[in-house]
Amino acid sequence: MKTKEKVIEFGLGLSALITILTTVGILWVLLVEAFSFFGKVSIIDFLTDTQWTPLFDEKHFGILPLVAGTLLTTFIAVLFALPIGLTIAVYLNEYAYPGFRKTIKPILELLAAVPTVVYGFFALQVVTPFLQSFIPGLAGFNSLSAGLVMGIMIIPLISSLSEDALYAIPKSLKEASYGMGATRFQTAFKVMVPAATSGIVVSVILAISRAIGETMIVAIAAGQQPRLTANPLVPIETITTYIVQVSLGDVPQGSIEYQTIFAAGITLFIFTFTLNSVSYWIKKKFQEKYE
Amino acid sequence: MSNATRINRIKDRAFKYIGLFCTLFGIIVLAIFLIDILIKGIGRIDWAFLSSLPSRIPERAGILTAFVGTIWILILTAIIAIPIGISAGIYLEEYGKKSRMANLLEINISNLAGIPSIIYGLLGLEIFVRIMHLGNSLIAGALTLSLLILPIIIVATREAIKTVPKSIKEASFGMGATKWQTIRQITLPAAAGGILTGIILAISRAIGETAPLIVIGALAYVPFTPESPMDEFSVLPMQIFNWISRPQKGFAINAAAAIIILLAITFVMNGIAVYLRNRWQKKIRW
Repeated sequence: MKTKEKVIEFGLGLSALITILTTVGILWVLLVEAFSFFGKVSIIDFLTDTQWTPLFDEKHFGILPLVAGTLLTTFIAVLFALPIGLTIAVYLNEYAYPGFRKTIKPILELLAAVPTVVYGFFALQVVTPFLQSFIPGLAGFNSLSAGLVMGIMIIPLISSLSEDALYAIPKSLKEASYGMGATRFQTAFKVMVPAATSGIVVSVILAISRAIGETMIVAIAAGQQPRLTANPLVPIETITTYIVQVSLGDVPQGSIEYQTIFAAGITLFIFTFTLNSVSYWIKKKFQEKYE
Repeated sequence: MSNATRINRIKDRAFKYIGLFCTLFGIIVLAIFLIDILIKGIGRIDWAFLSSLPSRIPERAGILTAFVGTIWILILTAIIAIPIGISAGIYLEEYGKKSRMANLLEINISNLAGIPSIIYGLLGLEIFVRIMHLGNSLIAGALTLSLLILPIIIVATREAIKTVPKSIKEASFGMGATKWQTIRQITLPAAAGGILTGIILAISRAIGETAPLIVIGALAYVPFTPESPMDEFSVLPMQIFNWISRPQKGFAINAAAAIIILLAITFVMNGIAVYLRNRWQKKIRW
């Protein structure tokens, strides 16, 4: 009996260990390939060159245009989703009837369940033509449309997590505010939102991280032209799109082109890892303040 | 009533409508989108579309190989990810609770959940496709997607186990049951609803993924249906992506039609998950 219990515990532990191996695997794969890449391309060029043309005859390996494209679409998405997501969270928490809240939350979460390739279709076939009807200079592929649609995708992420944070604030705080004669609006923005700041910040950071790593929407709708620009109307290329572009082509393993996707991958990883770590740290540090 | 109070009341009322508008905004956009897709694609769905191989002529192309590929991926991913995910969840919640190892595992899983799916594709490409020589096969795809959804299943398992009250576990120990007997016969059955919900959401996520499969070399054009896990494959999202990337209008219609099929699968799975979650939460009142 004792042995059986030990064997089972060992087996379960082994399964848990797979998650560690996954992390180690990711780090190892990215580092090994990126290491050989940086044997051929200087890291200074990689970080400062303003052109990214590894697939052309005259090769430049400056990651900046891809980073700029990634940050531009992310910025548009968050700028669009943050006010809407936060307003939804406050509304559901402070104003909506419990029944309404219970029905609407799963429907909103459905927005996050739609496969991203479907959002890409939406951006390219619906949003871009719609925007073109009143923005004359808008190219067929652009970061504006991709960013807005990405924003729609991350709205439920912000609204859901922020609402959870507001919900976790003790009722006494809210009631004290009402008792002072404050309106719901004042209670929401002067008491509840400040009290839930850490949770709201976490939701925003996770949304940013999600937008940076998002692939299909930008690969379909934002174009494949690495370009160092802040203009949302022209085609650009994100880090993720570049990885897709190379993967779709026929690039031999071990070639410098093959290694560029890992160099791009490790850049992406550093961005999202930093953001996720910060959000984890905030969550741990401020979590139990009210309990 | 003072002026300031009146302004505050107006602000309060105004925000009520702004809030309602924002909440409905997402849903309206979703509705517009679904209607647009339906108008574009529903007329294209017939038996021939479901049972035809891919083709260069849009009117003759079908989703058979992609659909069969998606079913394969669904089954293989479920077989790989479910037992590992549940086991890891049980371990973290019931065994390795306070150790430093458990702390490390927890940070690690929360980090894994935040890694972009395309990075998992790079991992799969190097480990499964190249080093393990699985090629651009179904099994390489399923292994990659399994690693991607493991964190979701693990977290769902832990959350579900957490809701099982200590008292009934202690009652089981008191009856002389061992730890594993208690987990198997008391904890897991009580947590089954929550675990199942998590599994369905995770699998639904896996069959909607495109990016990691592109990276490991899933094909857009597969002229045959896969017959074993070692075969090359396509899946519905790959097929949709391929059709979207083509300029001819006929392929955009095909893409819309395939999206209807993919969304139907996704929404049904999510619907089942929400239903199970509600039922499970209602039924269990300890």
